[in-house]
Amino acid sequence: MSELAVHHGISPRRVGAMILRYWYVLRSSWPRLLELMYWPVLQVVTWGFLQTYIAQNANFFARAGGTLIGAVILWDILFRGQLGFSISFLEEMWARNLGNLMMSPLKPIEFLIALMVMSLIRLVIGVVPMVGLALVLFHFNIFNVGLPLIAFFCNLIFTSWAVGIFVSGLVLRNGLGAEGIVWTLMFALMPLACVYYPVRVLPLWLQHISWALPPTYVFEGMRALLIDGTFRTDLMLTALTVNAALLVASFAAFLALLRSAKRHGSLLGGGE
Amino acid sequence: MTNAIPAGPAGAAAIEVVHLVKQYKTTRAVDDVSFAIARGSITGLLGGNGAGKTTTIAMIMGLVLPTSGTVTVLGHPMPAGSAEVLGRMNFESPYVDMPMRLTVRQNLTVFGRLYAVEHLKDRIAQLADDLDLNEFLDRPNGKLSAGQKTRVALAKALINQPELLLLDEPTASLDPDTADWVRAHLEAYRRARGATILLASHNMLEVERLCDRVIILKRGRIEEDDSPEAIMTRYSRDTLEQVFLDVARRRGQGNPQTSPDGSSPDTKGRPHQTASRETMP
Repeated sequence: MSELAVHHGISPRRVGAMILRYWYVLRSSWPRLLELMYWPVLQVVTWGFLQTYIAQNANFFARAGGTLIGAVILWDILFRGQLGFSISFLEEMWARNLGNLMMSPLKPIEFLIALMVMSLIRLVIGVVPMVGLALVLFHFNIFNVGLPLIAFFCNLIFTSWAVGIFVSGLVLRNGLGAEGIVWTLMFALMPLACVYYPVRVLPLWLQHISWALPPTYVFEGMRALLIDGTFRTDLMLTALTVNAALLVASFAAFLALLRSAKRHGSLLGGGE
Repeated sequence: MTNAIPAGPAGAAAIEVVHLVKQYKTTRAVDDVSFAIARGSITGLLGGNGAGKTTTIAMIMGLVLPTSGTVTVLGHPMPAGSAEVLGRMNFESPYVDMPMRLTVRQNLTVFGRLYAVEHLKDRIAQLADDLDLNEFLDRPNGKLSAGQKTRVALAKALINQPELLLLDEPTASLDPDTADWVRAHLEAYRRARGATILLASHNMLEVERLCDRVIILKRGRIEEDDSPEAIMTRYSRDTLEQVFLDVARRRGQGNPQTSPDGSSPDTKGRPHQTASRETMP
């Protein structure tokens, strides 16, 4: 895998080859497909009933109908987007195939683009049944959010890719011993991104950290839309700017970790 | 013999390694290794476990960065020039596998696309015929025997008809018949394509049969670098295996015919590390 070599251009054929490789794995394994849908469905059902119960007993939540289910769906876009990215990467580690890819003409940027496309494909498979259930069981149609949903989705998926790129670099450098980070890092963002409560709930010093995370803007934006009926363009544009910086930083970190892995001979092992 | 094999039309070595060093914390895995490999030759890299064979090959491939020294592959410095050469080379190693859930055909399709192979279906059909894969072409890689997997790995290594082939233990875990068959195929491939092959092996008979030249590593340094016949003559041995044991059991002694500066001369009386480089025009 040539390290940067962007001057040679990105080959759609090589990106397509990697997408094909992951598609072959996905379609050959029904447990993998089922797992994609299992947790999102479980999440939306649990939180949906909770929201129904609260709405029946509290005026505020009745007025703010859908914020919990909306938050669950948007959180899952963020979380599943990163998992979809990272699990495709882990497939290479589990299969001990990384050496074959590193020795091929595939470039890191092409590899990462293929992982991004796979995160979208996996996300669609997982989130579509979830969205359908929210509609059928709780009469919550996420698409009623309208065009702002596109802004929410893009910002969340960009963050998920930035985190996915960074943790993939960590696994590349440290082997499968670092696999746990893939599954847990996003949860560290959960309390700070204020998924289920407004930022003002946090202590002031934590609010500064919270506003450094793009998802915070999305969840605040969602609440503003569902509760006040206002679409906060300013929040979305700030999130987009922070996301752009995060993506550049994570790609730089990935390259640095790849280089470090080559210096330490980690690519020959890949195990613990 | 390596010395008799002319370099390729470009006049450059397929691989040139100069003062290569790899230091891992307290271990020096490769210690000031230099050699050049002529285009169209087959060179064997020998040595005991931990001698530095795999690390040397990994540095040639760009999977490991050297602590110091340079590697040039097909005229391009590695890893800076890897974009220029990775599509023209390929490798097989026991340290990597093919994805287990993908069928052989799917695996070859993916790698064929990564290497931008033209007329890929025809190429896969040809490899399936050549390497006798047809029987299990649509079987998942994880359900193949060790020998079948090795043939599939070889098919992947040949998918782009590489000019340079790096093989780490290409016949490990194969029965003698299959191993012999693989060797015959490698010889035929080299003849047909004029390809350069560098292989690391513990199988001395394999090296004797295939290689024009042998580089023996011990504790990260080159102990011998010459044709198999010349090395056997120098050690007054009939087989490379006997030479290998002599080298492995030698403790802190010089080579059999030691020159005043401590390096062993090759058959033409030159210090071994520079002799191979001087064979390159």
